[in-house]
Amino acid sequence: MDLPELGPLWLSLQLAASATAVLLVLGTPLAWWLSGTRSRLKPVIEAVTALPLVLPPTVLGFYLLLLMSPRSWLGGLWVEVTDTTLTFSFTGLLIASVIYSLPFMVQPLQAAFESLGRGPLEAAASLRASPLDAFLTVAAPLSLRGFLTAAVLTFAHTIGEFGVVLMVGGNIPGKTRVISIAIYEHVETLRYAEAHTLAAGLLLFAFVVLVFVYVFNRRLPVHVA
Amino acid sequence: MSPDRESTTLEVDVQVAFGGFDLQVEQAIPAAGVTAVFGPSGSGKTTLLRSLLGFEAGSRGRIALNGDVWLDSEAGVAVPPHRRPVGCTFQDGRLFPHLDVAGNLHYAERRSGEANAVSITHDDVVDALDLEPLLDRRPDTLSGGERQRAALGRALLSRPRLLLLDEPLSALDRRRKAEIMPYLLALHPRFGIPTLYVSHAVDEVALLADRVLVLAEGRVQAFGGTIEVLEQLDLAPLTERFQAAAVLEARVSAHDDQYRLTWLDLDGQRLSVPRIEHLAVGESARLLVRSRDVSLATERPSPTSIRNVLSGVLASLHQDESTAFAEATVDLGSHRLRARITRASAAELGLAAGSPVFALLKSVSLDTRAGR
Repeated sequence: MDLPELGPLWLSLQLAASATAVLLVLGTPLAWWLSGTRSRLKPVIEAVTALPLVLPPTVLGFYLLLLMSPRSWLGGLWVEVTDTTLTFSFTGLLIASVIYSLPFMVQPLQAAFESLGRGPLEAAASLRASPLDAFLTVAAPLSLRGFLTAAVLTFAHTIGEFGVVLMVGGNIPGKTRVISIAIYEHVETLRYAEAHTLAAGLLLFAFVVLVFVYVFNRRLPVHVA
Repeated sequence: MSPDRESTTLEVDVQVAFGGFDLQVEQAIPAAGVTAVFGPSGSGKTTLLRSLLGFEAGSRGRIALNGDVWLDSEAGVAVPPHRRPVGCTFQDGRLFPHLDVAGNLHYAERRSGEANAVSITHDDVVDALDLEPLLDRRPDTLSGGERQRAALGRALLSRPRLLLLDEPLSALDRRRKAEIMPYLLALHPRFGIPTLYVSHAVDEVALLADRVLVLAEGRVQAFGGTIEVLEQLDLAPLTERFQAAAVLEARVSAHDDQYRLTWLDLDGQRLSVPRIEHLAVGESARLLVRSRDVSLATERPSPTSIRNVLSGVLASLHQDESTAFAEATVDLGSHRLRARITRASAAELGLAAGSPVFALLKSVSLDTRAGR
């Protein structure tokens, strides 16, 4: 196995880990809000959150490309502040991945929070726990399975993305050439041996992660509210 | 309102409306002793409780404890639930399933704040509720009764200024109820926290409460001392018939060691009950007599196995033509008994208001608390 070939794999792992971390921070409060709100905005926000599930990745990638291009307000601002472009950069890929994988974080978390019911939180409030306190000490620990599912789905989905990456990031070794792009390029250029190495590696990796998750998930206690 | 009254009162003047139901309660409740909130299911008991806790966002009006305002919708004040110094238990217990019993107690204690730190210590609570053997158990391994005990302990350790108990016995069968009752009875005398006890069971109310707030269809039907309120016959439609009961207060006159009995004096008439260990001669005991456990006779019966026969005057007789039964009230002097007899017997005995009668008590429930 050629050593440079591992570059795309590391890049993919880095991208997936970063996207999962960012989404844990952004998606948790969003899912929490959605699970408890009676706002009339709720269905609208839910629809926006679910859009990446139904849109072809190329459509999403196309709009993100337009948004990040130096000629748009966002892309232009980015160039002014950082002196680099968002398109064809790791940061651009990360932003695109966060948007693309948003429903995979928010939906399992929202379902987990909704299944808690109001009981445990009211009990916490009656014991003087502030809403944040009650979330951290009651809702979050009781939703561990939801967090695990959401994180794994987000991570796996980001590893596997292709269309959005191709549109926004292109194929720059070490910067935006993630594993799915590398495999695609190997196949295009008829280098099947290299394609095999990467594809089998990814397959093995995915399998090991899923087995780990299911074993771990079984050990987590189920809490019946 | 005088400052004196404010210092010991739970002022309630709330309206809650949702769906087709509305609750309107205006009542100053002394913040001392045990007050039962009593009524059939659907009468608004739990809604009132949730409004006091701050969980009913649609609550309007005013709630204040000892002058501290929790809700004043006109002034735009609504103290959030976690800032109200109330402890509560829920019908379903609601222990945190991810913590063991010790963890649940600790959760409450850590957040209780020193301001309200009456004299409730962890050890006191564990001792009063016998929680020691449960401390390292998970809630899902506890029986219903154990769960309620742990939940009571948790509520106490939040060191509340008001304790709200929402039907703590309703999810339990008879035997478990009997297990928990002594703990409930001991709670107020030991910790002295003003308590609202929500229940739809007359016997619980009769044994536990100093006063009763009766709710029906979202309105206060009656409020007053337990004995007076339970004596009012017009409450009968609110209580299921088989639940109707009277509460008597009798004085211990002697203990009989040979037959393990305690003799009680009720306005000059004698009653005997199984030995009450913790009451001394001269102390008073509260008795609950269900109307279904009372038979009536027009002559003093010849010896029977029924030990307690009281003489009195029939005060009223309500016949329900749609059933076989009649509800009789017997005046015993300062107390009243209620009896449920068949209309046929009433006719055969020729009973009418004013008839002298003998009441035969088949069984009597006892308040196990020491003299009140």
